[in-house]
Amino acid sequence: MGFLTPDRIDLPALVAAVSAPERGGVVTFHGLVRDHHAGRRVLRLEYHAYAPMVEAECGRIMAEAEDRWPCRVILRHRTGGLAIGDTAIAIVTAAAHRGEAFDACRYVIEAVKRRVPIWKREYYADGTEAWVDPTAPGGTVAAGSP
Amino acid sequence: MSTSPGSSVRVLLFARYAELLGTEAAEITIPAGGTVSDAVVAIRALPGGHLLPPRLLVARNLVQVGLEEPVGPGDELALLPPMSGG
Repeated sequence: MGFLTPDRIDLPALVAAVSAPERGGVVTFHGLVRDHHAGRRVLRLEYHAYAPMVEAECGRIMAEAEDRWPCRVILRHRTGGLAIGDTAIAIVTAAAHRGEAFDACRYVIEAVKRRVPIWKREYYADGTEAWVDPTAPGGTVAAGSP
Repeated sequence: MSTSPGSSVRVLLFARYAELLGTEAAEITIPAGGTVSDAVVAIRALPGGHLLPPRLLVARNLVQVGLEEPVGPGDELALLPPMSGG
């Protein structure tokens, strides 16, 4: 299906893909690469992914959202190396009215964060690097050989 | 009936877990009729496996599953560190 991409995300193309005359509400969410995390300055990051499961899980999440709300959903997530300010994820939902579009978009981003097997490795200004781990104290675990 | 030799199962490792075990894929052997729980025991016995955290998320054939789920020949298992996409 191609939810995961090494290439820059083309948001206008995603909006066009779900827009239609009967859908008057379009909501877009972009997640951008932030320059700080837990008090450390981030220089860049890498996304690592279990690509076949990313495709399967994103497909399931999209189907759940479209089943729950009368809407169309499209999403893309980057993999590989990203710079500060790059779009890491984009989600577009389109529905007849804004309520369904907002609700579906929120559902999709929260489900992606919880369920889609993608891992973020951050590189810091102090020369260290770490895997982001929302379950760890401080939100990261040190990267590299144990 | 003779004792079954068990099943050989491929396990994929990612991100921090691949670093801890020094590999992105491993073959393990689990008892015939074994479960994800048996697979986790076998993975912990691999070099570096003792460094894995106590609680592990496991996917079988691209779907997250519980420890009691069966695992058979041809299944692909993956150990999933806490996810941080989005």
